[in-house]
Amino acid sequence: MKREIFFLIIGMSIVTQLPRILPLIVLTRISMPSIVVRWLKHIPVAVLSALLLPALLLPGGSLSLSLDNTALLSSIPCILVAAKTKNLFLTVLTGIIFSALFQIIL
Amino acid sequence: MNKEFIKGIKTAIPVTLGYLPIGLAFGILASQQGLSPVDIFFMSLLVYAGSAQFIASAMLASGSAYITIIVTTFLINLRHLLMSASMSPYLKHISSPLLTLISIGITDETYAAGYAETATGKASPYFYLGLYGLSHIIWIMSTVLGSIVGSHIANPEKWGLDFALSAMFIGLLFMQIKDRKDIFVAISSGVLSVALAYFMKNNFNIITATIVAAFIGVCLEK
Repeated sequence: MKREIFFLIIGMSIVTQLPRILPLIVLTRISMPSIVVRWLKHIPVAVLSALLLPALLLPGGSLSLSLDNTALLSSIPCILVAAKTKNLFLTVLTGIIFSALFQIIL
Repeated sequence: MNKEFIKGIKTAIPVTLGYLPIGLAFGILASQQGLSPVDIFFMSLLVYAGSAQFIASAMLASGSAYITIIVTTFLINLRHLLMSASMSPYLKHISSPLLTLISIGITDETYAAGYAETATGKASPYFYLGLYGLSHIIWIMSTVLGSIVGSHIANPEKWGLDFALSAMFIGLLFMQIKDRKDIFVAISSGVLSVALAYFMKNNFNIITATIVAAFIGVCLEK
């Protein structure tokens, strides 16, 4: 293992674990202002969408709305399954299968 | 065997079924992006966050600075803060050292799967040991397995694996969307993120879009 990679993993670990650990330890004693709590409630939806849309619309950094964009095409059956079942496993499986199919066909 | 531990194991089963394809996909892609099985083992053990691991290895392959990767990881995983905070009223009966251990296992999936039990206010540490422990072990195993077979797979994108992360985001997003406000927050965050990425060509699009869209969500409540 390269030393730089090790430090990178340690850095990623610290910034990931602190937000997991601190609220459970601290918030059993103090409480946050309600506006902060309400703002935090929207974070999961906001961050997932902020991650997802660029991956679908900007593959490789440039805007692509054509049939060559297999990620965008694969997202259609994937969204249908996600909305219908709310099942993570089925959604991921559908995504992988359709993505592979579109790579072969197109 | 402890009854609560068994209950945790049972609750973990759908979670581990979701982890398997994502973990394998991550391991395969990350091994092609230059990470070794040992790197991947430590990343899955110490970071344990699927989306951040995917993005970090892609950023590593494209030559991003380490500090940018760490800041992006922080922002992507900041959502765990809310999950951890929302569990705190129900776990006052568990000691701080045990809570520290439990909180390391909080992911989108384990949090969602265990929430019903958490909300009873009587969840046993053994329940979390079963649910969080098994889920974490399966995540580590599937990512390391993926990295071992990864070097034998020539074009992982041909197998649709590069889409696994987007598919996971879609699944998690739809698990989170409960009303029209959520849809509005999702659309505004996504569009803003695309616009910022397109015009500014930097990695701050995710942070900026998330912060602004969550504020829009707060404003919509009134």
